[in-house]
Amino acid sequence: MSPAIELIAINKRFGDVHANKDVNLTVERGTIHGIVGENGAGKSTLMSILYGFYEADAGEVRVNGKPIAIRSPIDAICAGIGMVHQHFMLVEPLTVVENVMLGAEGGRFLRAGEAKVRTELARLAKEYGLEIDVDAIVGELSVGLQQRVEILKALYRGADILILDEPTAVLTPPEADALFNLLRSLKEQGKTVILITHKLREIMAITDCVSVMRRGEMVATVETANTSPPELAELMVGRRVLLQVEKAEKSPGRPLLEIEKLSVVDTRGVLRVANASLTVHAGEIVGIAGVAGNGQSELLEAIAGMRRPILGSVRLGGREIRPSEHNPHQMREIGLLHVPEDRLRMGLVPSFAAFESAILGFSHEGRLGHGPILDHDRLIADLSAKMEQYDVRPPAPRLKTSKFSGGNQQKIVLAREIERNPKVLLVGQPTRGVDIGAIEFIHRRLIALRDAGVAILLVSVELDEIMNLSDRILTMCGGQITGERKPSETNEQDLGLLMAGVTDEAA
Amino acid sequence: MDLGIIATLFDSALRLSIPLLAACLAGLWSERSGVVDIGLEGKMLVAAFAAAVGAYAFDSAWIGLLAGVGASVIFGLVHGFASISQRGNQIVSGVAINMLAAGLTAIVGNAWYGQGGRTPPLEGVQRFSGVLLGHSALVYIVLLAVPLTWFVLGRTRFGLRLRAVGENPAAVDTAGISVTGLRYTAVIIGGVLCGLGGAYLSVGQAAGFLPNMTAGRGFIALAALIFAKWRAWPALGACFLFGLLDASANQLQGVVLPGIGEVPVQAIQALPYLMTVILLAGVIGTAIPPRAAGIPYVKER
Repeated sequence: MSPAIELIAINKRFGDVHANKDVNLTVERGTIHGIVGENGAGKSTLMSILYGFYEADAGEVRVNGKPIAIRSPIDAICAGIGMVHQHFMLVEPLTVVENVMLGAEGGRFLRAGEAKVRTELARLAKEYGLEIDVDAIVGELSVGLQQRVEILKALYRGADILILDEPTAVLTPPEADALFNLLRSLKEQGKTVILITHKLREIMAITDCVSVMRRGEMVATVETANTSPPELAELMVGRRVLLQVEKAEKSPGRPLLEIEKLSVVDTRGVLRVANASLTVHAGEIVGIAGVAGNGQSELLEAIAGMRRPILGSVRLGGREIRPSEHNPHQMREIGLLHVPEDRLRMGLVPSFAAFESAILGFSHEGRLGHGPILDHDRLIADLSAKMEQYDVRPPAPRLKTSKFSGGNQQKIVLAREIERNPKVLLVGQPTRGVDIGAIEFIHRRLIALRDAGVAILLVSVELDEIMNLSDRILTMCGGQITGERKPSETNEQDLGLLMAGVTDEAA
Repeated sequence: MDLGIIATLFDSALRLSIPLLAACLAGLWSERSGVVDIGLEGKMLVAAFAAAVGAYAFDSAWIGLLAGVGASVIFGLVHGFASISQRGNQIVSGVAINMLAAGLTAIVGNAWYGQGGRTPPLEGVQRFSGVLLGHSALVYIVLLAVPLTWFVLGRTRFGLRLRAVGENPAAVDTAGISVTGLRYTAVIIGGVLCGLGGAYLSVGQAAGFLPNMTAGRGFIALAALIFAKWRAWPALGACFLFGLLDASANQLQGVVLPGIGEVPVQAIQALPYLMTVILLAGVIGTAIPPRAAGIPYVKER
């Protein structure tokens, strides 16, 4: 039997960037095949070529042994290939039925096709357990259900080969488990699944085979049973990496950050944080686990002074913060620094030179220049030194901020905030879009700060990160803190339940 | 106020709302596809000019209409080329269309006819005359565009795709449908509708072209579009409301109010505009435009 997919010597350039270099890939029919690699390794580009979203500069695609030209998604759909993109390709104001129909309407008028979609969706719901309210507005569905719509779209179009790009990034652990069960049942039906991810745990749990990409090249394809996470990480990065940073036991000091009964509403008046209380001690990392959008962002922003809480108090070093001084500027002055979760929107100005981004929020500091005039030579020299210390590549202070990779941008933000000797450090999603090598570096830095007595409040949607770094873990769901655990006394299932809102009392 | 006055008022409100409605529906098509169109004014103006020229030259209102629609579609395609193919800023392109139209019609009109930018007066078959209840065929064509727009957008494959492309073009692209094709089609439909509105002004309502005869109607139509939240039937309501305001402004001229005296003509003429500001500022609540409106589509890497 010929393989479901064969990619032969695929090449693709975007300007100077050689995104795919002579990539070969064979995916056997009826298997789940993982593709791993760091950000920018070329995984998504390769899959976009297979799906016809981009055209390869050179190379051949064979589906079920037959060479075919895929010039647009139509060709891919006709060849039985479906794709679930990382950012869903859904039209939010339309209903589920309309979204599923789009591009496969089955006629000039919608009425006839609609009936067919409804019967087909009912059949798929029964066959795979993919139940959904077909008349719901897609924008009002949870992220997990939106993903279900994407999968239904692909199945409705008769996909035999399903590509999923980072499908679990937005799911709770129970939702991810449900997805994996679905993928297994698709496999049993003889369908082929290609899973792009950067989570090695998922690769180990569900795939039959795994291919590793690095800097646009396919460096290895191995059977999952014959490999291990450390080996995959080494293949991805090209050197040995520590997936888990060493951390010594340390007893926390006095409380530095105390939050009591804090409630926050967003600009539309919706309650995002409800009655949250927490304490972070000196020399302690407290991690907040939760699925994106459950109030963690708002909590961080409220503590940092970017949002005004409607209720509750914040104490820093034992002193109550007055509302009049609860703004980002004053909070920084008194030792609370913040690495915001969305570095491009809140932490940096992408179009600034790196040395300008590196003083955002601190440009008033006298040492940076003469009165209101900034001393560029000094700023550049300053950042040069920091770039060396933080291993920022390339070490070019004049380069535009947006030209750095995600990991290096994050290092610039981190360097800027840490240099100001924080007492309390708020860190949001420190390794989102950051490659494994840089993750290791950032984790070491955070632990070094904790060892130096800084109180760190960490928000992350990566459970591994929370488990590795935290001394204590809090979970959030729907704006409430639903539980507290020690990392040594918990596991993913336990945290997953808390993140889904199943509290200790209810359980 | 007796029934006669009310009937007259509604009649003139209908006349006044027709060009607004045509432009408003044009904007609806364009913006539901994701192309912001503030060049409605300019397109109506060239259409009015071309319609008057065509009607005069060929002694036929219908040829005038064809010329008007043609001119408007060409201007629409210029906007489409700038904002769809070249991914330019749609506001800048729209402003350019408006300025080009205002200048070009005045200069060419003056060069051809030497009457300060006016076209020669049209009479007889050079104009659209009433066919039913005193209204011309153009009025009914524009009114018919309302249910047609509603049906096509809501009930057809093309409509579904068009709505989708204005919200999330990437979703349309990954479904294997051409984003560019859909948007150009929408821009052309918008051009045809603006052409109807412009032709109505110069060969239906008036008898010939006057410089800047659209007088901001394209912008009022944009206001009506927001008021109607980009939907066809509410667009009819919004445009009729603005037409009614305009018509009552005419009726109110010369009326003496107790304690104030005669209301200045300018104050009354400002009423529809004032109303627009008030309506947009608060009354209608949040009007959410199509999410991709104004954003050129670029395949992300």
